[in-house]
Amino acid sequence: MLSNIALYGAIETGLIYGLVAFGIYLSFRVLDFPDLTVDGSFPLGAAVAAVLIIEGWNPWLATGCAVMAGMAAGAVTALLNVKLKILNLLASILTMIALYSVNLRIMGRPNVALLTEETVLTPWYDLDLAYHQVPVLLFIIVVFVALILLWRFMKSETGLAMRATGANARMARAQGIATGAMIVLGVAVSNGLVGLAGALFAQSQGAADVTMGVGVIVIGLASLIGGEAVVTPSSVLRALIACVVGAIIYRLAIAFALNADFLGLQAQDLNLITAVLVTLAIVLPGVRTSIANRLTRNKA
Amino acid sequence: MISATDLRLTFGKGTPLENPALRGMSLTVNQGEFVTVIGSNGAGKSTFLNALAGEVLVDSGQIIVDNLDVTKLPTHKRAGRVARVFQDPLAGTCEGLTIEENLALAIKRGQRRGLTSAVKRQYMEKFKDSLSSLNLGLEKRLGDKMGLLSGGQRQAVSLLMASLTPSSILLLDEHTAALDPKTAAFVLELTTKIIEEQKLTALMVTHSMKQALEVGSRTVMLHQGEVVFDIEGKDREGLEVKDLLGLFEKQRGLEVDDDSLLLG
Repeated sequence: MLSNIALYGAIETGLIYGLVAFGIYLSFRVLDFPDLTVDGSFPLGAAVAAVLIIEGWNPWLATGCAVMAGMAAGAVTALLNVKLKILNLLASILTMIALYSVNLRIMGRPNVALLTEETVLTPWYDLDLAYHQVPVLLFIIVVFVALILLWRFMKSETGLAMRATGANARMARAQGIATGAMIVLGVAVSNGLVGLAGALFAQSQGAADVTMGVGVIVIGLASLIGGEAVVTPSSVLRALIACVVGAIIYRLAIAFALNADFLGLQAQDLNLITAVLVTLAIVLPGVRTSIANRLTRNKA
Repeated sequence: MISATDLRLTFGKGTPLENPALRGMSLTVNQGEFVTVIGSNGAGKSTFLNALAGEVLVDSGQIIVDNLDVTKLPTHKRAGRVARVFQDPLAGTCEGLTIEENLALAIKRGQRRGLTSAVKRQYMEKFKDSLSSLNLGLEKRLGDKMGLLSGGQRQAVSLLMASLTPSSILLLDEHTAALDPKTAAFVLELTTKIIEEQKLTALMVTHSMKQALEVGSRTVMLHQGEVVFDIEGKDREGLEVKDLLGLFEKQRGLEVDDDSLLLG
């Protein structure tokens, strides 16, 4: 079965993808805005953080800049949709494609190594913990803070206005809500979270790579849908918890699949396993049918 | 006071489907008036309401709401002055949000929304008071999702939401048309009660001539994007559907061919 290191590694990555799932929950669920920008904003966050850390910036400051960069990317997608009336899915694909070039420009090369640099994790290794436990501890704290902030935001006047925008835009406008501004804010925050995830991922993996964003959207969706199947998202808090639970379950499932020798799977099969898991999560009976219905309808 | 002057709007301009929906529509509604609006399909009733609400912007003309020219303002910037109940009972509320969250959205209509908690404790009494006036027991179900309510219940809540904060005008767009007769009667009764109690200025579009004469203080008939007649006070008292039809034919010199007007 799983070694200790593989187990902690799965939880560590799961926590990072929990942040991605928060972002996808915000765009897909709250705003009903299918946003693929995340495939570009994840490596964008990684690239910004990595380059700034190498420049000698404080790693937390660098991570903060990564969040801002992600938010800017999200805002571009949302503005393409709101101001230029480009279909939301297409707007996000345009930004995603553009970000590939932007990320290469930021890094100046396809990848940047961080192995010898001081990262947000460095001071935590002084704690009396095993090496593989340190990132898990730090990321639990980060995810917890993000969850509480998002939850409070969703319960605020502005957050409620954002939820109304996604659920019933005409009603929202009639209540005086500037729905366009809500979409820009929501998609920006969503991608800010994904940028944060990218920045943390680069620091825990020791490198930023221009291709690290491929399939982030699918993994995030897998986490979201899986989590919703396990934790019924009857309230905002439960929906957010479902994101984290789903992301960790997903990473554990992947780790088990890759470690189960009798299956004969290897690391390069990851995307195939992901696609199969997402498909199963959507079509399996007993998995919340309403969500399944929605997804198959949206994709049709 | 609301005044709409010479509103003109053509959909699909320059295409084979060009459709002039408003052709010089003018109407002034005074403070405290309850105007019912009738007209056959395509007369421009809904377009007129959408133009007042800001969902469509007119090609020319002017709309003034309480001394503010709102002609060019988008819906959300007018919302503080213009309250609205839609025809579709599901359109006025968010089914995924709870009853109290929907009311909390409405209590801030047209105001700035900040980062403080949306559902505040000090609102609760007001929410419970207004919900209990419906006699539907909803005051005990504040935390329930809106989607659990029936269409009639949701339309009643939409009406409450529209009257929770003051407005210059309340727009009702055939808001009983999609309900069964019994529920429609309940919602209509509730409408007149709220309008009378709060002395609201209201504009109600209806498909039923009978309803148009039974409620309100003034009746306006639209035809082909214009007002064809406008009656109130003594002229309106005791008027029946057949009188309205007669009036219409006299004004236009044509026969009413829309059965739904007669049957309604």
